[in-house]
Amino acid sequence: MIINSRFFNRSELIGFVALAALLFVILPLSLDVFRLNLVAKYLTYAFVGIGLVLCWGYGGILSLGQGVFFGLGGYCMAMFLKLEASSVENTKIQSTPGIPDFMDWNQITSLPLFWQPFHSLTLTILAIILVPGLFALIIGTAMFKRRVGGTYFAIITQAVAAILTILIVGQQGYTGGINGMTDLRTLKGWDIRPDHAKVMLYFFEVFLLFGCILLAQFIRLTKLGRILVAMREQEDRVRFSGYSVANFKIFAFCMAAIFAAIGGAMFALNVGFMSPSFVGIVPSIEMVIYTAVGGRMSIFGAVWGSLLVNVAKTGLSESFPQLWLFGLGGLFIAVVLAFPNGLSGIWADYVQPRIDRLLTWRKPKPAKAWTDGSVADGAPAE
Amino acid sequence: MLIGHQPKEFLLAVEALTVSFDGFKAVNDLSFYVEENEIRVIIGPNGAGKTTVLDLICGKTKATSGSIQFRGQELTRMKENQIVQTGVGRKFQTPSVFVDLTVFENLEISYPRGRTVFGSLAFQRDAAVRDRVEEVAEMIFLKDRLDTYADELSHGQKQWLEIGMLLIQDPDLLMLDEPVAGMSVSERAKTAELLNRIIKGRSVLVIEHDMKFVEDIAHKVTVLHQGRILSEGTMEHVKNDPKVIEVYLGH
Repeated sequence: MIINSRFFNRSELIGFVALAALLFVILPLSLDVFRLNLVAKYLTYAFVGIGLVLCWGYGGILSLGQGVFFGLGGYCMAMFLKLEASSVENTKIQSTPGIPDFMDWNQITSLPLFWQPFHSLTLTILAIILVPGLFALIIGTAMFKRRVGGTYFAIITQAVAAILTILIVGQQGYTGGINGMTDLRTLKGWDIRPDHAKVMLYFFEVFLLFGCILLAQFIRLTKLGRILVAMREQEDRVRFSGYSVANFKIFAFCMAAIFAAIGGAMFALNVGFMSPSFVGIVPSIEMVIYTAVGGRMSIFGAVWGSLLVNVAKTGLSESFPQLWLFGLGGLFIAVVLAFPNGLSGIWADYVQPRIDRLLTWRKPKPAKAWTDGSVADGAPAE
Repeated sequence: MLIGHQPKEFLLAVEALTVSFDGFKAVNDLSFYVEENEIRVIIGPNGAGKTTVLDLICGKTKATSGSIQFRGQELTRMKENQIVQTGVGRKFQTPSVFVDLTVFENLEISYPRGRTVFGSLAFQRDAAVRDRVEEVAEMIFLKDRLDTYADELSHGQKQWLEIGMLLIQDPDLLMLDEPVAGMSVSERAKTAELLNRIIKGRSVLVIEHDMKFVEDIAHKVTVLHQGRILSEGTMEHVKNDPKVIEVYLGH
């Protein structure tokens, strides 16, 4: 069992299998398409969460502006979909047919240059990765090379989120303004709106999510993953062991940005629109809260956090719309004060040992084989 | 500047080094030279600028003026990690190890390979790494603690681990800031034994207050006082220097 002993340890393997069973089997079988589509929407934040686990949990770099990258990825995808929806036949009532409707409303008569690449799906996919990646590279280089970190960095990412929102809202003719990009219809001629398409997109997203989980786990297990942890504790020691701390921070920040952007692109596809309300300060902070609730040191925790907090959000805001923000705030305070490692910490501290004991008691032999390598809990077999 | 005047055999040449913090000159027009395989001890009263000198050499603090040449390369213009890569290792006064990583992982991070972002992604824990880590772990008395998290080590063991992390870098110049401070008597003896073993084949710059320890290891002693050199020479010479007795040893 190479996977068991190397890539995932036992509890991670259980987490992986449980999550795969939930997302691939249980939820699609038990939920109607509307609810499944909601789950798809929640899971787009799980991509952001995985990035935050690497960047914040491991690297200690708190970014309160992940909405920026979520938004950039989402807008790249939405621009492609919007262009396809704005074909000449679809828009023949406009004064300039063939450009998106909001441009026509704003007296723009030709497609701006920066929109041109989004005619091509290949270039769009590249842009989803490269635009946020390069943007993170620029911010990261500017900040980390100057040794700006901690709270200052978090505040600057907030400022960037605010600036980008203002820019998108202000440049209505180019971005769709406060309404965002709506009425997205087809992907390469394939209608993304009907139920069967939503189910397909859900599965596509879950596949991508597992791809990202595996990539994040791979990074975590390399020496780079250990350097991130080392950096969080003793930045100077890493520096005086011959590493450029700034470069490692930039890498972690860029990876987090790219994960967030993939989430954003999936959001545009699954939800069918993109707007500045997913870019700004408040959504960025909410994304951090999902990760904190799930456990910032756990890749699976981030996925569970995004799912559960959003389920609670939908449930609460359906019945008590006013209460949700207080609920979210209270949840964050509770997690920070009582459970700094979130749900995954609670799992590892309270649930896992009980399961271990139960398994050891009932099936002594396999339990012994599992605990071979590690110290484990040492519960007696009899 | 003065580079042309210096003979080549100096490993480290510090010349006219000055650093001022808001007008206060912590190190003032300091010059000294360390040869290959020399053990140099820096002593001096508190606030003499000893730690600052090490900070300047390893790049933690930027010099206001002056030059630090290591094997002919100017260190004052380099970044910390580049200085490490030219062969300068630094141990801090308080043990700075990675407490959330195991002893093995701590040593592995210091192994001089795969130090770039993508290098560290591709880094493989192969036999060469494992052997070297085990070899160093044995030297620093932590061979049977390889899987222990550094958090669980005693103060003395953490100091050894940090020395081990330097050792695995195999620096040409090893800088140690009070390596035996805060250690128990038995740990102190073991550390002295360890240091005596690892200083062979490289130059060492040590800050230490323990006079017996200094006498044991020093080839040459530099006495700092208020950022300047008060006296320099063999331990015998320094001990009998009236200026030194007045400001330091006499107290």
